[in-house]
Amino acid sequence: MPGTPKLNASRLARVAWLPLCLLLVACHVDMYDQPKYAPNQPSAFFEDGRAMRPPVENSVPIGSFQPDSALNTGKLNGELATELPMELTAALLERGQTRYNAYCAPCHGLGGDGNGVIAYRGGIQVPGLHNERLRTVAIGYYFDVITNGINRMYSYANRIPPEDRWAVAAYVRALQLSQYADANELTAEERQQLEGR
Amino acid sequence: MSSQIFPRNANALVWVSIIGLVLLIGSIVAALIGLYLSPWYTDVGVAKEQPVPFSHKHHVDQLKIDCRYCHATVERAAHAGFPSTDTCMSCHSQIWTNSPLLQPVRDSYRTGESVVWRRIYDLPDFVYFNHSIHVAKGIGCASCHGRIDQQNLTAKAQPLYMGWCLGCHRAPEENVRPKDEVFNMAYDPQSLPLAARVALVKEYQISTDGRLTNCYICHR
Repeated sequence: MPGTPKLNASRLARVAWLPLCLLLVACHVDMYDQPKYAPNQPSAFFEDGRAMRPPVENSVPIGSFQPDSALNTGKLNGELATELPMELTAALLERGQTRYNAYCAPCHGLGGDGNGVIAYRGGIQVPGLHNERLRTVAIGYYFDVITNGINRMYSYANRIPPEDRWAVAAYVRALQLSQYADANELTAEERQQLEGR
Repeated sequence: MSSQIFPRNANALVWVSIIGLVLLIGSIVAALIGLYLSPWYTDVGVAKEQPVPFSHKHHVDQLKIDCRYCHATVERAAHAGFPSTDTCMSCHSQIWTNSPLLQPVRDSYRTGESVVWRRIYDLPDFVYFNHSIHVAKGIGCASCHGRIDQQNLTAKAQPLYMGWCLGCHRAPEENVRPKDEVFNMAYDPQSLPLAARVALVKEYQISTDGRLTNCYICHR
């Protein structure tokens, strides 16, 4: 009788370490959190507290980057470029449409009427894109405004790469055309669609 | 008889203790697995406190702002791109300009110091996830981030366990969607018949020869 509990206890004790093994698993996190920087991580090393470093001033990408080209400045010989620095294709316009809808439409509206949701919610007067001045201005103007901002509009240069800025500019032209096309120039089929609406 | 060492009930005690031990170990294992899968450990659905209580529901669902407006590099880089203070201010220099909730953003803009947000989706450092390739191959934001457009405060939608990654890498046809639906949060990949999804996998040249489950696809 007195031997029984002791025996069971020692048996239990012999395997008691087994569950502890489970606790030991995955205790090391030094591979999960390696001593290296990932994007947007804070850093105690750099003065501004950021792991991501801004490029050194005036640095350019390696390769065939031409800082003075119309593609990258929107200007030709100091004047706003009047033509796209690339071929105008349907793919470019489609690309421009997705960019325009993502970056411009919140304020300028999907149709370019200056009635985007931010303009509406904020009660802000946002210029429409269909006035006389904007319809006749050189296309490089749009590139310049996206790159440098204007009035209350911030620069979108860090969000929209140069090629995409041109795509947006081309799409803005398409939007303008959509609002000012002459109905007589449409094909019979397109006329029917227009009138059916 | 005094030569009898074990009492009469010893057999029963042995069985009870063996079964008890098995049950004990089993329940400890089950409890640990439960903990491993629970939000307490995975943070799924647990919103962290942030310097600004940013709402994806408000910005995405109500204002219909495109994901890319803020996460601008999601199509061309591994990192989706966390919006800078400048991005917030491109609207909030005009609207909600006096909101006390946005004071940290305005302070950051004035002083140039970062707003320190707390990371929600944090993969181990030995996983090299790339947003751009997933977006380019027709995997939608919602496939991993869930209906983030319905979240008032941002929380993880997935524990991000490797088995879950592999599930899709083994059978991409389960989650692939047309490329122009990638940023559509409400789109359901399963709304397309399987044959059409298999065709998409082929069209987008998603490899089905097992390469996607090789270790080096995600680990370097």
